[in-house]
Amino acid sequence: MSTPEHGIARSGRPPIADASPLICEQCDTVHRNRTLARGEEIRCVRCGAELARYHVLNVNGMLALVLTALIVFVIANVWPVVTLGLGVQQSSTTLWGAILMMWEQGAQVVAVIAAATLFFFPLNKMLMLGWVLLYARAGRRAPGFAFIMRTLYHLQPWTMSEVFVLGAMVSIVKARAYFDVQPDPGIWAYAVLTLLITIFSGIDLRRLWDDTEPRA
Amino acid sequence: MSGAPRARELGLIGCHVCGLVCREPSVDDAACPRCGAALHRRKRGSIAHTWALLIAAFLLYIPANVLPIMRTVSLGDVDDNTIISGVVELWVKGSPSLAVIVFTASIVVPMMKFLVLATLLVSTQRRSDWALWQRAKLFRLVEFIGYWSMLDVFVVALLTALVRFGFLSQVEPLPGVVFFGLTVILTMFASMSFDPRLMWDEIDHD
Repeated sequence: MSTPEHGIARSGRPPIADASPLICEQCDTVHRNRTLARGEEIRCVRCGAELARYHVLNVNGMLALVLTALIVFVIANVWPVVTLGLGVQQSSTTLWGAILMMWEQGAQVVAVIAAATLFFFPLNKMLMLGWVLLYARAGRRAPGFAFIMRTLYHLQPWTMSEVFVLGAMVSIVKARAYFDVQPDPGIWAYAVLTLLITIFSGIDLRRLWDDTEPRA
Repeated sequence: MSGAPRARELGLIGCHVCGLVCREPSVDDAACPRCGAALHRRKRGSIAHTWALLIAAFLLYIPANVLPIMRTVSLGDVDDNTIISGVVELWVKGSPSLAVIVFTASIVVPMMKFLVLATLLVSTQRRSDWALWQRAKLFRLVEFIGYWSMLDVFVVALLTALVRFGFLSQVEPLPGVVFFGLTVILTMFASMSFDPRLMWDEIDHD
């Protein structure tokens, strides 16, 4: 899977991924691996699951994407998401405003779920990915590489920022019946973040194992 | 069915974290030589774990639907909303298209998860070769859409934080939303603990 465009050619090492087979995680079928051209993907012959696909982004592109996502994430969390108006009164909230309010109002379980899936997990994911990619640019494995890659694998299903964006839209429509609703910069930042997450969801991080050399 | 070899027959095992293909280890608790994750040919106790989590999720889903998830107080007027009444209100007062989205996320997706996972479990336990390809596809769909059910939970959190106008108008979360959040978490764990490879294990010898 690692072709010269992917930034590891510098080391002059032949890509090892081509030699080792691909095993479908959904049904255990063994397939021969091969280098993919743009737009190509390998699907399992037995169950139809996607096994590998061509990556448009190289390591540098991925790092740029992570840094962009980090900046957008900060904006999304600092600025309020929505402002409601009722007569002369105004009320707005950020993500953390909502989390703390759920805690105060007796829904601590919800506060913990929201804090984890909307703040701590996404933030950790971006920081860890950024750290790993910083070293991967030079074809090296960052300190803690194996631990981070395992953690990223386990965190993967537990980030829900895109669901929060849809939730904000539903809240706006619900509130519109009673209040003046004004969307704030936070909601736009979240919308951009959703786009970035969608791009990211198509990236198979396993390739970083093939794109980097073990530490001496 | 294609005659493509399966890893188990070749004595191979793929690391679920990094994808490295290893020769099947003789010891029981082997770790991947490259990334250190535990190597399993199949997820351990997959069927029992999935059943347990699925049943627990279903039990919590009952209070999640029966109990109100949110209270609106305006000028002393108290209005408690369940998931369903929230959808109805959205349909009547707001926008029907959004009501359909909320209905899908809160009712259709969890119910589908219960039905699909139960079907997969029963058919796998019976070693059925019925509609295998479609079942494999259904499992991937359920894994992919599961977390969108958290939608209503986030809506309640946002409205609670936003509608703070004291006596004029106030929103509070009610216990239903906690049960619902837990249901979604448990269904996610349930689909993660199901090992789809088991579906294909016993039926290939035709």
